Amino acid sequence: MPDRNEPIPDDHDPLRNINPTDSDHLDYVGQQGLAVEQETLIEPDPAKREQARSLWGDAWRDLRRRPIFLVSTVLIVLLILIAIFPGLFTGTDPRASDLINNYLRRPDWTDFFGGGWFGYDGQGRSIYARVIYGARASITVGICVTLAVTLLGGMAGMAAGFFGGWSDAVISRITDIFFGIPLLLGALVLLNAFSVRTVWSVVIALAFLGWTQLARVMRGSVITVKQSDYVVAGRALGAGTSRLMFRHILPNAIAPVIVVATIALGGYITAEATLSFLGIGLQDPTISWGVDISSAQKVIRQAPFVLFFPAAALSITVLAFIMMGDAVRDALDPKLR
Amino acid sequence: MSTVADQGRPAREEPYTGPLLDVRNLHVEFRTRDGVVRAVNGVNYSVSAGETLAVLGESGSGKSVTAQAVMGILDMPPAAIPEGELLFRGRDMLKMSKEERRKIRGQKIAMIFQDALSSLNPVLPVGFQLGEMYRAHRGSNRKDAKAKAVELMDRVRIPAAKERVGDYPHQFSGGMRQRIMIAMALALEPDLIIADEPTTALDVTVQAQVMDLLAELQAEYHMGLILITHDLGVVADVADKIAVMYAGRIVETAPVHELYARPAHPYTRGLLDSIPRLDQKGQELYAIKGLPPNLLRIPAGCAFNPRCPRAQEICRQKVPPLAEVTEDDGTPLAGRGSACFFWKETLHDG
Amino acid sequence: MTVNGATPVGATTPEEAAFAQEVQRGEPILEVRDLRKHFPLTKGILFKKQVGAVKAVDGVSFDLMQGETLGIVGESGCGKSTLAKVLMNLEPATTGSVKYKGEEISRLSGAGLKAVRRNIQMVFQDPYTSLNPRMTVGDIIGEPFEIHPEVAPKGDRRKAVQDLLDVVGLNPEYINRYPHQFSGGQRQRIGIARGLALKPEIIICDEPVSALDVSVQAQVINLLESLQGEFNLSYMFIAHDLSIVRHISDRVGVMYLGRIVEIGTDLEIYDHATHPYTQALLSAVPVPDPTARESRDRIVLTGDVPSPANPPSGCRFRTRCWKAQEKCEREDPALTVRAWLEGRARHDSACHFAGERENV
Ligand SMILES: Nc1ncnc2c1ncn2[C@@H]1O[C@H](COP(=O)(O)OP(=O)(O)O)[C@@H](O)[C@H]1O
Ligand SMILES: Nc1ncnc2c1ncn2[C@@H]1O[C@H](COP(=O)(O)OP(=O)(O)O)[C@@H](O)[C@H]1O
Ligand code: SF4
Ligand code: SF4
Ligand SMILES: [Mg+2]
Ligand SMILES: [Mg+2]
Repeated sequence: MPDRNEPIPDDHDPLRNINPTDSDHLDYVGQQGLAVEQETLIEPDPAKREQARSLWGDAWRDLRRRPIFLVSTVLIVLLILIAIFPGLFTGTDPRASDLINNYLRRPDWTDFFGGGWFGYDGQGRSIYARVIYGARASITVGICVTLAVTLLGGMAGMAAGFFGGWSDAVISRITDIFFGIPLLLGALVLLNAFSVRTVWSVVIALAFLGWTQLARVMRGSVITVKQSDYVVAGRALGAGTSRLMFRHILPNAIAPVIVVATIALGGYITAEATLSFLGIGLQDPTISWGVDISSAQKVIRQAPFVLFFPAAALSITVLAFIMMGDAVRDALDPKLR
Repeated sequence: MSTVADQGRPAREEPYTGPLLDVRNLHVEFRTRDGVVRAVNGVNYSVSAGETLAVLGESGSGKSVTAQAVMGILDMPPAAIPEGELLFRGRDMLKMSKEERRKIRGQKIAMIFQDALSSLNPVLPVGFQLGEMYRAHRGSNRKDAKAKAVELMDRVRIPAAKERVGDYPHQFSGGMRQRIMIAMALALEPDLIIADEPTTALDVTVQAQVMDLLAELQAEYHMGLILITHDLGVVADVADKIAVMYAGRIVETAPVHELYARPAHPYTRGLLDSIPRLDQKGQELYAIKGLPPNLLRIPAGCAFNPRCPRAQEICRQKVPPLAEVTEDDGTPLAGRGSACFFWKETLHDG
Repeated sequence: MTVNGATPVGATTPEEAAFAQEVQRGEPILEVRDLRKHFPLTKGILFKKQVGAVKAVDGVSFDLMQGETLGIVGESGCGKSTLAKVLMNLEPATTGSVKYKGEEISRLSGAGLKAVRRNIQMVFQDPYTSLNPRMTVGDIIGEPFEIHPEVAPKGDRRKAVQDLLDVVGLNPEYINRYPHQFSGGQRQRIGIARGLALKPEIIICDEPVSALDVSVQAQVINLLESLQGEFNLSYMFIAHDLSIVRHISDRVGVMYLGRIVEIGTDLEIYDHATHPYTQALLSAVPVPDPTARESRDRIVLTGDVPSPANPPSGCRFRTRCWKAQEKCEREDPALTVRAWLEGRARHDSACHFAGERENV
């Protein structure tokens, strides 16, 4: 009989000779450890062992035990709650200004969750209330623009990379043209065309200008993945276009897109802020971190906290999304689990 | 070692008679986040001038790491050399200063890698890269360096060397690029060349050309040559002696003829048996069962024991030393050693 | 099927017995005629203009018989993988015909192509890149059933996948693992299991063991051989290791620059080669036997393989051939049996001056 049994007793790790020169496509330093971790991580429950697994299911299982993911999820859920129900978090009116009593009053730490907690801005408005109420506009801009550019850019990049030929030529030329336009300058021109500028007009303007970045990333990634042997193997089995795209290419091509998108999210929130500062984004009655950051610059010397709190809120939000993106990307890579 | 007495004196004053390179009990480990990868666990080998030593082993057995340790091009950390001596002309290179080692590297010991394309700079003409060796080490001027480059390319038999010195690496075929790598290694007339799988990436017809060239030049310059490979065929064609590696150890050493005729280690035996032979056509090939070990967890005792058809209880408990191999009557077999408790039995059944 | 050592008692030598067996061959299951695959070379960015073509496969004809193993050898870049891809319909053929059981398949698409795909499967060279790193082994081997649901009903698929794992010698419990958790040899087994899933009749193996360790190669070769007996498979076995090809093949074709230059049974090719290129190739193989090293009569070829975009006129091998004459430049030698050849030398060879080497 042929010796078909290449037994892998549990103490005998199959991941041995992964060697930097012989298989350079493998990150062997990571590799060496995976099996070790794998024994303890992936098979937590012997009763469930028999169930069929899928990438997304495994990724989800893995995510639930990542501290980074848990922390970022709690943060993001909190931020979304604040964005939707700001009234739950403060009773102070963010627009009420009390110039006489509160002009640039320092933060009062004893005033827990009260109007003076973070101090008052130049017009005597509660900074705490403004940070809470500003979340809505900033987070809406960040999330909506990111979703829009990821979908638009992702689809365009996928089509260009996968089909190649003239569709690639057309899409690539369009992205090249867009790439030449600076985001802010372009948004400035576009937003000028809107007579009333709301959060949505900012979203549309930024998404319209931003999708090409994601399209480029996706296209490059798809082109690399498309040439892999496993995609050819899928074709050899008779797999159709949608199976190739969504089973084989997308899960392998998505990682850089997630990274770029989550980093870009912060960029969009700041772009909104900059536009507001230039007086072309959201206007004063609308509350956003961007508007506050820009107005704080006038008093930064006397009262740095006026700038600090909206800026910190912005940083925490951006950080939360970047952490979540990182965790999701790692969870989608079986090698890193 | 006591031979370190000659420190401070220039290296080549009186004729040195010992082996050119003597690796003694070399250990290399990598400290990774998953634990210590013991890539090399006590390697001993030596090469004299004019001699070809072949280091044979499967991928991951530690051949390249040993060579990199000899060259002094390991990244430390993550690598560390907890134990061992690397005697070059009798002096331990591990005890030398950085500056001294740098002088040996390239001038006295040169290395040829498997992948010639990625070892050459794609944006510089090959002639320039060859000439660079002379400019950097010998301080030659541009014109001399170029002339030297042409001469070297001639030496490694690149047709129309004069016209091609200005060509870029991608304009050469795989075999030609490997010749250029050989030329580069030869440039400073080193005493020792380490060739790490120099022909693995090449086609058989080209492989033969490159191996022949290497063997010829070695004889001409009377250099030592360490030839690292996983191909039993390539070794048989050029080597004088062979060291077989498994899991970071030398498991058998022998002059080339004897190794093939009468292996004294079950692993060597298995490798030789798994080559398809004419009279076995239509039959099952002999296959060594199982897989090479994970270097994070090398099996206790003899590392080969889970795969060895001869393994006994003792093999799981003790590490077999590299013992001298003798005939039945005790006549020593020169240059032969086997790290197996049952080398006698293995030698007999061979 | 394969020739083995069981020599009939009597006057016959093992050679003659083998010869008798060679003659009885099965029905052709794949007939390839004058197949060509040219990759256009273009210039210009917006308006592409064809300036030439890489003639990767340039007029290949052969038959693959039922249940046999046809080995294909040749230097890298001679078009072996391209030939495999064209046969698999992964690349459209430029011209020529491929018939599977008498039916033309080279220009199929849609449902017809899908049906043929079931019967012709492929095992890839690199076990590290041919498995989707983000799919579990169960999904990888089960994917053929999802694409061709008629082969295994939904409820049985998991069982079918575990059976396949068992057939290729892997523990069926590994179904939920990911490819990186396996060694190269084990991954190649997964690739083979995927190729077997649809119960194909032909498997095209493109260098299936080249990326594996020496000690693991034999395990995979044995597996391929035992599967061939079990499932009555026909193999096209592409490799550059001539000793492995000899071990596994019933017939061998030698390729050079997009053409088959010589084809015959393993004995005819290995012991009675008549084409100079085959002779050079064979003589260059490193032999794991140091005693042979002085006595060997090596032909060391000079020069490089010419570019497939611009092959030499007449015989393609003439730029490196030591027997080349003026005729070789003018006339393209056909792949036929030359009249003057005798015995085992009488097999197809594309050389005007075909003949065995005298001093073998
Ligand atoms: N930088 C590194 N970090 C961790 N392990 C390493 C590193 N470099 C090499 N190794 C390990 O050392 C072992 C021996 O490698 P190597 O000498 O390259 O083998 P080969 O015999 O194929 O040349 C391998 O198992 C490899 O995983
Ligand atoms: N998609 C392609 N486009 C252009 N040229 C190609 C393509 N695929 C292969 N070739 C060329 O065709 C020739 C044959 O390649 P290949 O079939 O991969 O050779 P082998 O498998 O024998 O090494 C090579 O010269 C290669 O560069
Ligand atoms: S020492 Fe024991 S296990 Fe190791 S090779 Fe010898 S017989 Fe086999
Ligand atoms: S036809 Fe001429 S050039 Fe071609 S192989 Fe024969 S002798 Fe050589
Ligand atoms: Mg190596
Ligand atoms: Mg190929």
